[in-house]
Amino acid sequence: MAEPMKIRALLKGDVADIRVLVAHSMETGQRRDAAGNLVAAHFIHSMTVTHNGKPVYDGQWSQAVSRNPVFAVRIKGARVGDKVVVSWTDNKNDKRTDEVSVAAG
Amino acid sequence: MKFGGSAGALVTLAAAGLLKTSQAAAAVWNKAGFESKGVADAVKSLGASAAADSRDIVITAPDIAENGAVVPIEVVSRIPNTQSISIIAEKNPFPLAATVDFANSAEPYAYVRIKMGQTSNVRAVVKADGKFFSAVKEVKITVGGCG
Repeated sequence: MAEPMKIRALLKGDVADIRVLVAHSMETGQRRDAAGNLVAAHFIHSMTVTHNGKPVYDGQWSQAVSRNPVFAVRIKGARVGDKVVVSWTDNKNDKRTDEVSVAAG
Repeated sequence: MKFGGSAGALVTLAAAGLLKTSQAAAAVWNKAGFESKGVADAVKSLGASAAADSRDIVITAPDIAENGAVVPIEVVSRIPNTQSISIIAEKNPFPLAATVDFANSAEPYAYVRIKMGQTSNVRAVVKADGKFFSAVKEVKITVGGCG
């Protein structure tokens, strides 16, 4: 099962800066293992973020996103305590959802 | 948008999970774009072939990246009503790296770390009010990160 994401949500002024670290191999499908066999592609293709239940970020990713992806989202008009939910789905249909509350920056 | 024969695969992908996520707004994965091997095809898949150069797109990325496996790319759009930002590493085997759609209270801001196989332009394509704009920045890669 996928490991939890590390999510930091800090309010600066009225903008919440959301930074997310995801544990994922993001295999490109082009790398070869020690025996010379191609390692099958395995990557997150969909990343969504909601703010108090409303969608704000809908990312479509390719295998070019780095291993253990880091990405950021900025949300206007946010307040301390707002709920931010981050979800991903990969090409093997693994998925993971985590949520945090916005904290004072 | 030109999906052609890949429509069936798209439906399969959607059935496999994209449309089952709790967010109703989840877009269908741009299979044609992500599998394009050239920049022109990738841009076309976004519907952005006529994109105009814009100085209101700010790409922040290292001039020289020692490790092509982790290249931080930040894109800020100052174009009003920005709807999406796409990031294209022009000389990657599959150039289109990511497309981000914004909704509601999101700022037109994208940050993601990508892999780059070799020194190349990174192109940001912005959709705003249904029109397309783009900007480029060159990133020199010392050790490639696609292997």
